Amino acid sequence: MRIPSVKRLLSPQLIALLGVLLFNWIVFPGFFDVAWRDGRFFGSLIDVINRGAPVAILSIGMTAIIATRGVDLSVGAVMAVAGAVAATCAVTGQPVIIMLLAPLAVGMLCGLWNGFLVSILGIQPFVATLVLMVAGRGVAQLITEGSIVTFNDPVLIFIGTGSFLGLPMPAVIAIALMVGAHLLVRRTAIGLFIEAIGINRSAANYTALRSRSLVLAIYAFGGVCAAIAGTIAAGDIRGADANNTGLWLELDAILAVVIGGTSLMGGRFSIPLSVVGALIIQAMNTGILVSGFPPEFNLIVKAGLIIIILVLQSAKLAPTLDRIIKQRPVQPSIQTSEKTG
Amino acid sequence: MNIFRTLALSAGMIALGCSTALAANLTIGFSQIGSESGWRAAETSVTKAEAEKRGITLKFADAQQKQENQIKAIRGFIAQGVDAILVAPVVATGWENVLTEAKEAKIPVILLDRGIDAPKDLYLTSVASDQVKEGRVAGDWLAKTVGSKPCKVVELQGTVGSTPAINRKKGFEEAIAGQKNISIVRSQTGDFTRAKGKEVMEGFLKAENGGKDICAMYAHNDDMAVGGIQAIKDAGLKPGKDILVVSIDAVPDIFKAMAAGEANATVELTPNMAGPALDALAAFLKDKKQPEKFIITESKLYTPADDPKGEHERRKGLGY
Repeated sequence: MRIPSVKRLLSPQLIALLGVLLFNWIVFPGFFDVAWRDGRFFGSLIDVINRGAPVAILSIGMTAIIATRGVDLSVGAVMAVAGAVAATCAVTGQPVIIMLLAPLAVGMLCGLWNGFLVSILGIQPFVATLVLMVAGRGVAQLITEGSIVTFNDPVLIFIGTGSFLGLPMPAVIAIALMVGAHLLVRRTAIGLFIEAIGINRSAANYTALRSRSLVLAIYAFGGVCAAIAGTIAAGDIRGADANNTGLWLELDAILAVVIGGTSLMGGRFSIPLSVVGALIIQAMNTGILVSGFPPEFNLIVKAGLIIIILVLQSAKLAPTLDRIIKQRPVQPSIQTSEKTG
Repeated sequence: MNIFRTLALSAGMIALGCSTALAANLTIGFSQIGSESGWRAAETSVTKAEAEKRGITLKFADAQQKQENQIKAIRGFIAQGVDAILVAPVVATGWENVLTEAKEAKIPVILLDRGIDAPKDLYLTSVASDQVKEGRVAGDWLAKTVGSKPCKVVELQGTVGSTPAINRKKGFEEAIAGQKNISIVRSQTGDFTRAKGKEVMEGFLKAENGGKDICAMYAHNDDMAVGGIQAIKDAGLKPGKDILVVSIDAVPDIFKAMAAGEANATVELTPNMAGPALDALAAFLKDKKQPEKFIITESKLYTPADDPKGEHERRKGLGY
């Protein structure tokens, strides 16, 4: 029981996360300092999970979509739409329940639209979701009329900046969503269905799998995830910024999924590892901020680290690396047994 | 929608009668870039208001960030035989042909807010702000405020490589260059947005002893400052007191923060580029007076002494 769990912990993603965190600690010695302030934890490490939460949430939905051999480029724009809807509800004084459900409903509608184009009409996911990536931001700008809609609603602000058990609310939501989604796909047959569709959709159809409605539902789930992230982003800055909310985050989400080891060709996927991927990206961002590098280096540092991580995970190098990792715990034990014996 | 509003406005103005003698029957075309930011929307509404004030009929065209739309709009204005054309150019190059057409039709062109790479005789004048000066005004305010006390400044830069970010950084550094007690200890990009401004400031606060070592935050725009103010509050410090906050643009929300004592100074990037432009045009049409080629707008400093509540109310309706 214990040995597989240790092996699992040694996944390349977690090693990469640990490596990035250690790198941050080298450039900024106070990186691991966590203090208790105003009833919540406070420190760079907390920033990583707090700031990483929106991309982590996006990556949860994105993992399922990519596992069906799809992709959703519209999640950033859907974030902006959801944020605009939430802010508008708050400003116009809607009841709390509507204010929370309306953005989710709109997000689901966006996801259903993508799913309809991909699953029913059979349009390439890349092109189908590109439509909403462009149009969605326009819709968000229409809702906010191009300006930043600010609000003072305590519930929305709590979702964006509040804390639960000392942890930032966005992180709590992300963890809950990750655990829920993971259990749903791994404790039921849904995960297997998703993999079947991703590997060979027509074969899946021949096994009487209703791939059409499942793909539709998965895109809708992706839309809901984006809406949750959008509501958090709006609550965080106490306003809906249609021009900038979620801008380019679809790329970060895809990157998180890829770092997490999910194949872009569909099939194999892991939701928790995608979340780890999102944390790796954010750990790099936070590290750059506290390190004091000039901003001109941001993108180069980020790209360099990503290349290293992807090379370590590559099909050619990963098995060798895996062998080395697995040998280590074994070798010393043999040596010690020889010595003692 | 905008076109209808403009038409309704101009119809109303014609009905009001020709009160201002000279400009009464002028028709001016205005090719705006789009409405990508609150400031841009404010510039549009101020331009309409300035035209209305002078009894000028304004034909408005929104280019939606595309130069070809602007060129089309300008050709349309020439065909309609307007008296002058205002352009906020979306890019710097590629204007020679269409501006030559305007020149041949003897229609003066005035550039708003941005310059272009074209022979200077193709346009009457250009009205723009001096971004280096904006940074300098912010730096001067800080130097004056802290006096001889040592002061560590953190800087929230605009988008890396963008002209306003480069110029506003340069101006600020020039202003504090003579002050040995003031130093910029950290500088990162917040991409001109609230969310990134907040994230960057969170990082700075951790890196500088929980924020206790930071004396002032300089943000290249107000939106990043608003985000930074929230980060300072989350860290348990008082923005405006524990950490001075100075930024640029003078959008309504920074006046809200100022009224609450959370921001200390902002330098205005005025959305009123049309006012000086129309004044120069009136002088030119009246007695052929050639205006200066580059009209620089004022970079006015606002502090809590300048009635932030009133400024917020005054700007709220401008579409920021």
